[in-house]
Amino acid sequence: MNDGSQPILSLRGIDKRFGAVQALSDVSIDVRPGEVVALVGDNGAGKSTLVKIMSGVYQPDGGEITFDGRQVSINGPKAAQSLGIATVFQDLALCDNLDVVANLFLGHERTSAGVLDEVEMERHSWELLRQLSAKIPSVRIPIASLSGGQRQTVAIARSLVGEPKVVMLDEPTAALGVAQTAEVLNLVERLRSRGLGVVLISHNMADVQAVADRIYVLRLGRNGAEFEIGEVTTEQLVAAITGASDNVVAERAARDKTGATIAPEDIDPDAVLPDGHHAPGTGTTPDSDEERDA
Amino acid sequence: MSTAYDQSDERLVEAGTPRAALGAFGRRIRSGDLGMAPVIIGLVVIWVIFFLQNDRFLSSRNLVNLSLDSATIGMISLGIVLVLLLGEIDLSVGSVSGVGGSIMAVLLVYQGWPLLAAILMALAVGVAIGLFYGLLFTQFGVPSFVITLAGLLAFLGVQLWVLGSRGTVNLPVDSWLIEFANFKFLSPLASYVLAVAIGLVYLVTRLRTIQRRRAANLSAPSFQGAVIRSAVMVAAMLFGAWYLNQDRGVGYMPLFWVAAIVTVDLILRKTRFGRSVFAVGGNEEASRRAGVAVNKVYITVFAACSTFAVLGGILAAGRLQSVAQSSGGTDTNLMAIAAAVIGGTSLFGGRGSAYAALFGMLVLQSITSGLNLIGVEAEVRYIVTGIVLLLAVTIDSLSRRARRSSGTA
Repeated sequence: MNDGSQPILSLRGIDKRFGAVQALSDVSIDVRPGEVVALVGDNGAGKSTLVKIMSGVYQPDGGEITFDGRQVSINGPKAAQSLGIATVFQDLALCDNLDVVANLFLGHERTSAGVLDEVEMERHSWELLRQLSAKIPSVRIPIASLSGGQRQTVAIARSLVGEPKVVMLDEPTAALGVAQTAEVLNLVERLRSRGLGVVLISHNMADVQAVADRIYVLRLGRNGAEFEIGEVTTEQLVAAITGASDNVVAERAARDKTGATIAPEDIDPDAVLPDGHHAPGTGTTPDSDEERDA
Repeated sequence: MSTAYDQSDERLVEAGTPRAALGAFGRRIRSGDLGMAPVIIGLVVIWVIFFLQNDRFLSSRNLVNLSLDSATIGMISLGIVLVLLLGEIDLSVGSVSGVGGSIMAVLLVYQGWPLLAAILMALAVGVAIGLFYGLLFTQFGVPSFVITLAGLLAFLGVQLWVLGSRGTVNLPVDSWLIEFANFKFLSPLASYVLAVAIGLVYLVTRLRTIQRRRAANLSAPSFQGAVIRSAVMVAAMLFGAWYLNQDRGVGYMPLFWVAAIVTVDLILRKTRFGRSVFAVGGNEEASRRAGVAVNKVYITVFAACSTFAVLGGILAAGRLQSVAQSSGGTDTNLMAIAAAVIGGTSLFGGRGSAYAALFGMLVLQSITSGLNLIGVEAEVRYIVTGIVLLLAVTIDSLSRRARRSSGTA
C-alpha cells in the first residue's frame, strides 16, 4: 500500500504529437495521495493535452504512466475511471433536465432487481455531499436551478461516486464569482484531506497559490519548472510561465522595492499578467486551450 | 428522530406539509415546469365546451367510442413521445403503420399465414425499419428529420407495392383481431376488480418506498397520505369503469393501449435505460462522457418508435376491418405527432412523459368526436386541430423561456 510518500500517479517522459505539432515532449509529473498538484502554463502550453492523456481521451506517443506502483496504459475514459482517475471537465458535463441524484449516478445507476434504487442513490448522494460539506438545498431539483458553484460541487461530487484515487479538475473556478470560487477551493481542500491526489489546472495564480502543494509549470509542451508552494512568489511563477522575467509584475515588484513610481510608458503592452491574460488594451485575448485543441 | 438528510439545509423552503407541497407546485408552474397541467386543463375545457354544445358528448356511448378511436393512433403516438424525448423526430410513422398493416393483411389473407404469425412478421418489419433509421442516424449522422422524411415517401411506396393491384384488403370477419379491436370489453366485475387491484399494487409499492426512505433517514410522506392517494385513485378508476359500463364498458384495445403507456412510463422512470433516454435528450455529450451507451439508446428508441407505429397500424386494420392504400395516410402521421406534442412532450428533448400520448390523443380525438356530434365539416376540424397544436407548441416554447429566465433552462 501507499504510505503517502510514493506517487499514486506518475508520468515519465510523455510525448504527444498532433501532425506537425509537438504538443508535449518529455513531460514528467508525479501526484501523491493527499496532495494538490497544480498544472499551470500559458495557453498552448499543453495543460489540456496532458489532462486528456491522464483521463484516457488521448493516447501518448511515448513515455510511461505508473499508477499505484504498476505501469499502466490508459486506453480510454472508461479505463481511467476503472483505474481510479476521475476528471471534472471544464464544461462540467451535467444534464440540466435531470435532478442532482440522477446526475451524480448517471452511467452508474444503482439498481435492485432491475429497477432504479432511488432511495439508496438519494441516501448516498447526501452522504457524498455531506463529506464535501456541500451546500445543496435539495437533491431532487433539476441541475438547471442550481448556481454555478453548486453545479461545480455536483460535478466534483460525481467524480467521487466511483471512489477514485486521483481527481483532476480542469479550470474549476474559471466561470465562478468570488464566493463560489472560495466554495470550490474549500472543496479541493476537502478532497486532499480525504487522501486523494488532486490535479488542479488553473489560469488563476491566486487560486493555485491558495490550495496547491506543488506547482508544475508547463511551457511550450515541456516541463518548465516545479515549485513547492512555500518557496515560490507570483513573479517567479509568471516568469516561469512566460519564460521571461521582464514583465510588468516583476518590474513593479522591483520598483516597489526601490520605491520608484510607475510611469505609463514603462508598461509593456505585450506583457502577460499573472492570471495568464495579456494586459488590457492590447485587444488580443488569448484563445483558451480548448479552442486550440479542437 | 434526527432531522432527515434531505431536510437539514437551512435554505430549504419546502417541508413535508400539504400546504408546502401546494406552494412547491405553484413555484414549479411559475418557473416553467408545467408537466401535464396544460393538457389536462385543455382536455377539461374541451369536454365542457362540447358538453354544453351537445350533452351526448359526455354520454357513456360516446366516451366508449372515443376510447376505441383513440387507441390506434394513440399507440403510434407513444413511439413519437420516445423519439421526442431524445430531441429527434420520426415523420414516417404514418407510412410505417400503413406498411405494417398491409404486410399483416396480405400475409393473413393472401398467403394464408396464421394471424399471430402475420402480426409478428409485421412487427419484425417495424423493428427492422427502426434499426435501419437508428443506424443511419448514429453511423452517418444524418438528421432524423431527413431520414424519416425519406422514409415517409419510401414506405408509402412500399405499402402500395405490398398491396399491389388489390388496393384494399378486407380482413376475415371472424378474425380475433377485429373482435379485439371492436367488440371485446371487460365484464363490469372484471373492470372493478382490475381497478381495485391496480390501486392495491400502487398502495403497496408506495408504502414500501416510504418505509425504505424512513429507514434511510430521508424525509418521507405520511402513510395516511399514501392511503388517501390510493383511495382517490381507486375511486376515480371505479367511477370511470362504472360510467363506461353503462354502455359497452372498458374495451380490450383501449386497455391494451393504456397498459402499453403505463409500461413505457415505468420503463422511462424506473430503469437505467429510461434514465439514459432522458439524459441523452438533455445533454448527449455529458451522457457519453458519463458512460451511457448513447448510440444504443438512439437505435433502441428509433426501433421502438417504428414498432409502435406498426402496432398502431395493425390495431387500425382491426378497427376498420380492412387495409387500404390510404391506411396510415397524412392524417395518421400528423395526428400521432401532434398528440405527443399537445400532450406536453417538449420538442427540445429531455422533457415529457409517456402519458403525453394518452392525454394528447384524448384531446385530439375529443375535438374530432365533438365536432362530428355538432355536425361540423372536416375543414373546421383541421383548422381547430391546427390551432390546438400551435397552442401546445407555444406553451412548450414559453415554458422553456420561463425556465431560462428562472435559471432552470
